Amino acid sequence: MKSTLLSLALGVGLSVAAVSAASAGTLDDVKAKGFIQCGSNTSLIGFGFPDEQNNWTGLDVDFCRALAAAIFNDPTKVKFTPLSAKERFTALQSGEVDVLSRNTTWTMSRDTSLGLKFAGVMYYDGQGFLVKKSLGVNSALKLNGASVCTQTGTTTELNLADYFKANNMTYQVVAFEKEEEVLKAYQDGRCDVYTTDQSGIYAQRLKLANPDDHVVLPEIISKEPLGPLVRQGDDAWFNVVKWTYYALINAEELGITSKNIEEMKNSANPEVARFVGKEGDFGTGIGLTNEWAAQIVKHVGNYGEIFDRNLGEGTQLKIARGKNALWNKGGLQYAPPIR
Amino acid sequence: MTAVIDEARPQRVSFFNDPKVRSRVAQIVFVLLLAWIGYEIYHNTSVNLAKLNKNVNFGFLWGTAGFDIIQTPLTYSRASLYIDAIIIGLLNTLIIAGLGIILATILGFIIGIMRLSSNWVIAKIATGYVELIRNIPLLLQMFFWYAAVLKPLPGPRQGINFFDLAFLSNRGLVIPKPIWSSGAGFVGLALVAGCIGAFAVARWARLRQERTGEQFPSLWAGLAAIIGLPLIAFLLAGAPVTFEYPELKGFNFVGGTTVLPELIALLLALSIYTASFIAEIVRAGIMAVSHGQTEAAHALGLRARPTLRLVVIPQALRVIIPPLTSQYLNLTKNSSLAVAIGYPDLVAMGGVVMNQSGRAVEIVIIWMFVYLSISLLTSGFMNWYNARVRLVER
Repeated sequence: MKSTLLSLALGVGLSVAAVSAASAGTLDDVKAKGFIQCGSNTSLIGFGFPDEQNNWTGLDVDFCRALAAAIFNDPTKVKFTPLSAKERFTALQSGEVDVLSRNTTWTMSRDTSLGLKFAGVMYYDGQGFLVKKSLGVNSALKLNGASVCTQTGTTTELNLADYFKANNMTYQVVAFEKEEEVLKAYQDGRCDVYTTDQSGIYAQRLKLANPDDHVVLPEIISKEPLGPLVRQGDDAWFNVVKWTYYALINAEELGITSKNIEEMKNSANPEVARFVGKEGDFGTGIGLTNEWAAQIVKHVGNYGEIFDRNLGEGTQLKIARGKNALWNKGGLQYAPPIR
Repeated sequence: MTAVIDEARPQRVSFFNDPKVRSRVAQIVFVLLLAWIGYEIYHNTSVNLAKLNKNVNFGFLWGTAGFDIIQTPLTYSRASLYIDAIIIGLLNTLIIAGLGIILATILGFIIGIMRLSSNWVIAKIATGYVELIRNIPLLLQMFFWYAAVLKPLPGPRQGINFFDLAFLSNRGLVIPKPIWSSGAGFVGLALVAGCIGAFAVARWARLRQERTGEQFPSLWAGLAAIIGLPLIAFLLAGAPVTFEYPELKGFNFVGGTTVLPELIALLLALSIYTASFIAEIVRAGIMAVSHGQTEAAHALGLRARPTLRLVVIPQALRVIIPPLTSQYLNLTKNSSLAVAIGYPDLVAMGGVVMNQSGRAVEIVIIWMFVYLSISLLTSGFMNWYNARVRLVER
């Protein structure tokens, strides 16, 4: 009887806790608890990857830090929840994470019927193929009959089906839940081809025993705009996330970096003055301080700095800016002005 | 007796200390709380879904799936529906559960009997097997078997060739695929007739033995009917079957039927793991039959084999069946770990559909409903079988 009562009390407590989870806006929640819960990749070099000391590095991870800098003036006020492709949307929908910054492709169904909203494109990507050099294949159009390893619950899985169908080729899909298992199966010879977003391929290739024995095929078979996303129906929080992204782009465009931010605060350029909060009330307009954008650049840097630090020439990935260059430098990264 | 005591006791028990009242109140409170928790779960879910502008609606199952599946017992393509993908996942679960239950039972009975062997080496090997296997987590064993199946096998171009009929490589075992032509229906009919015949013969033999004591080799007669009748029909119909042989083309084998390495690894892991539990159940069941039963059977002149078959096993089964049912249920539910090694079972397929459609609540409801149904059906069947072998009290 005692144990029955105990379990009853427990059950009641749990259901009360569940009810109280449904509450006010995310921005207020985040401010109240003092940190951002950020859904990240489990381990993808350059995007979200924990090193030996469990310090997270990567483009997606730095976006969450930028968000923390904007809100708390402290980039360390982030807690990361590593999520598999399959778990990510449920985690965001259920409120387990405040923002999902996990190289997630912006698609119409995800942006609408999933109850989620994309805040911007941190990385313009496309799906590619990795094969063993020894197979002697030089085009994805010669993959008829191949076994292809991929991750379940991704746009990759769908693009793959579309591509082989469109080109009238057959294939066998071997789909795993975790990225590491996909790579392991590819390495063990279960598949001829490994497919994911091209940035992911460059990152995963480095984990293979002999990266030079594998070659990335030239075809890019899809558009994969990767970006952070939040729940629908919370405009205040959506604005903060969206404008954090725009601030990163605008900072690069205006030439504001983590090194020159203090000088820039005294700049005579009105655009810069608006950015650093000397002119106008843009920060308070989204529920933050007017210093919000300056805090982002001071602690995390601008978009270009984040890109170079995690993916650029100086890293082992050596990914060129390409489509991810600013719009005025031949790329696609473009942000509306702060005014 | 109790009445006397009640009369003797003075009526001093207060309303709140009356055990009857207490138990009633406790039960009512418990039921109310249960109902309230159920309502809270429902209410909380619908409020939170409404906040996301979502609802619980199974209509999405008729949307286009858009992804491919590696093992499809039914016709399936990327243009099929979500519901098709889920049904394929369910069939794949049933395939692995069915094969696993058969293999685990055979292996478990063998190991269980080995443990009771008077041969020291055999008994110790069986003990070692049980202790080793049942104490290692199943998921680790799955990864082990997956690696053990994949790593040593060569690629398809160097696949092990069995007389140009079957090939074994790290893409699986490719075997010729039978293609039945017209007339194959007769073979199927003959098989059904054979089964009915075998059943009838067994029943007739049992009744005759009860009446006259004469024995009839009904097992052999039954086997002959089940195998022989279809065979005769097959020959009479002019062998209505051709085979599609696998051949190496480009990357992989084309044609034939492929037994996936994922299926093989999963089957090995599940049946070897569950067999270690079944072995213990079998051993316990046999040991539960008092040794006096064996001695009595020997005293009546029964030899070792009839003693085991007619005296020990029927009594042991009564002890074995109920826990065996739990093991079958465990095996079926454990098969949901398949997603870790890429076997497309119900959980894996549901996960993909959930991710592509964003319908988490609906998919979780489907999962729970399907596993509950499979488990209830299995335990229903086992309860029926248990009732049949139960001690008949006269």
